[in-house]
Amino acid sequence: MTTPLSVLVRGGGVAGLCCAVTLAERGVAVTLAEAGPAIGSGASWKAGGMLAPWCEAENAPPGLTEMALPSLDWWRRQVPDTRAAGTLVLALGRDAGELNRMARRTTGHQTLDGAGIAALEPELDGRFGRGLFFPGEAHLDPRRALPALAERLGALGGRVILRQPDLPPGRFDRVVDARGIAAQAVLPALRGVRGEMLLMRAHGVALHRPIRLLHPRYPVYLVPRDDGVFMLGATMIESEERGPPRLRSMMELMSAAFALHPALAEAEILEIAADLRPSFGDNMPRLDTAGDIVHVNGMFRHGYLLAPALAVRLADALLGPRPA
Amino acid sequence: MLFYDTELRSRLMLGTAQYPSPDVLAEAVRASGTELVTVSLRREGSSAQGGVTAGQSFWSLIRGLGVRVLPNTAGCHSVREAVTTAQMAREVFGTDWIKLEVIGESDTLTPDVFGLVEAARILTEDGFRVFPYTTEDLVVAERLLRAGCEVLMPWGAPIGSGRGLNNPWALRALRAHFPEVPLVVDAGIGLPSQAAAAMEMGYDAILLNSAVAQAGDPVAMARAFRLAIEAGQAARLADPMEPREMASPSTPVLGRAFV
Ligand SMILES: Cc1cc2nc3c(=O)[nH]c(=O)nc-3n(C[C@H](O)[C@H](O)[C@H](O)COP(=O)(O)OP(=O)(O)OC[C@H]3O[C@@H](n4cnc5c(N)ncnc54)[C@H](O)[C@@H]3O)c2cc1C
Repeated sequence: MTTPLSVLVRGGGVAGLCCAVTLAERGVAVTLAEAGPAIGSGASWKAGGMLAPWCEAENAPPGLTEMALPSLDWWRRQVPDTRAAGTLVLALGRDAGELNRMARRTTGHQTLDGAGIAALEPELDGRFGRGLFFPGEAHLDPRRALPALAERLGALGGRVILRQPDLPPGRFDRVVDARGIAAQAVLPALRGVRGEMLLMRAHGVALHRPIRLLHPRYPVYLVPRDDGVFMLGATMIESEERGPPRLRSMMELMSAAFALHPALAEAEILEIAADLRPSFGDNMPRLDTAGDIVHVNGMFRHGYLLAPALAVRLADALLGPRPA
Repeated sequence: MLFYDTELRSRLMLGTAQYPSPDVLAEAVRASGTELVTVSLRREGSSAQGGVTAGQSFWSLIRGLGVRVLPNTAGCHSVREAVTTAQMAREVFGTDWIKLEVIGESDTLTPDVFGLVEAARILTEDGFRVFPYTTEDLVVAERLLRAGCEVLMPWGAPIGSGRGLNNPWALRALRAHFPEVPLVVDAGIGLPSQAAAAMEMGYDAILLNSAVAQAGDPVAMARAFRLAIEAGQAARLADPMEPREMASPSTPVLGRAFV
């Protein structure tokens, strides 16, 4: 028996964890070093956790849907909590034209009338006359999914070391750099795109799937989690400022949520947060090899959607293509 | 065409917000043939806390486009905010050009023309070359010129509405009243035909953002606007025929009865 390849993965966000688990499943001895006090110390902790290969294609280069499709199965296999309930896309009164645009520019959807919407989400009965339903899409709770991946890594014999920003690479055959925006110093093309979000608990409000509310200036989405918790997101600002969320952004998000479902007015605000989406010029992720280091970065707003696909590419690059 | 002593050959000015990605933005800029892009400082990353570094990555992308930058004060709701943002823009982009927006109503983004005139005066006195985003109101235009503006940028329709030229009559009047002032239709344009119509009216340039950025194919749309604006301008220079009022018969037509 040959000694397995040993790989150091830097960064315990969704990119690092997906890579670590995928490599470990293929027999690599993986050590994952996270600088923060816990896994998910970066952008991945603030994400909505939407797995939306069709909706996201609206504004992405061609090929995104195809690249993202295997992720749905991957997450369902790794994280049984992953819900495949589809995505509902709505628009308020005068923004109805936005639905036409979305319908023209995406596939994988069906058009619903008011009754169709109410059949999916009874609490929205009578509030919207038309919507788009993307039945193939899914969502997960990042705050359950990331720990589940860390646990899975342990079960596969891998190690997670926390508070470890500069573990010397000497003992490892290869290094995978998945530090997100922290890798900017070595990846000058990387930029941060600021996103702000809010977590709330709305007792007695039952919505079953991510709902996107289209708007030309403030598109928002609401993702249901367990125990009446909802994630409301997200702004997209070409800024690398990491400070707390701004009042203006929160007002935009909250007004949209209120317009979507007035019962959310009584929700308890649990948390507001902001972070940077690590992004390249085309807003698509990629592998960059520099000597013994492979960078896995540029997840933009698609960390959950695309990291599993990047992890497969990484494993193929390090180990050769997997035999069919 | 001269804008504050600077010759711009392209009559298309392009906004840089809301593109699918910076790469698409860069390609759209090339396809549009523009020589001037506007960029927002307020929305994209400025704040007391973030300072002038927060937007650096995006701003250096903008600088890297190789065209002149016209920073704007989009999202400013008061004279003070607009003035501070303009001063920051001068520092960040090393230019005294500023597209001045003072918003009076946040839903339609209607300009606060009172604040606009005041901010324009403060900024011109401070050495800025102001491009004011205004309505089609003649008197406001007059006040802006008196405040030191040498360019006027009336809206076609509210920002991002894509409704075209809401008030062609007033836009024509503005052109007729200020034949020597560079006039740019800024905001509201949704289609190349609307941009061509404004050029045919004698406007000197068109400033666009959403119509290109939010098209399904921004690069192709940028090209379409370039062609339409060139066509509109060429038509203007070619002195179009006068339309004839055919509904009321006047001249006798051979072999037909007339009244
Ligand atoms: C508000 C918001 C909502 C989003 N919603 C979605 C969504 O619904 N679906 C989706 O797919 N994507 C979504 N995204 C995007 C997604 O969050 C990102 O694409 C993804 O988190 C990027 O993952 P990452 O692992 O590359 O970076 P990060 O999650 O930032 O991980 C990098 C990790 O590296 C660590 N690190 C830094 N320096 C070092 C070092 N020297 N050594 C070791 N570790 C280090 C950091 O502490 C961090 O934990 C959203 C993003 C935001 C901001």
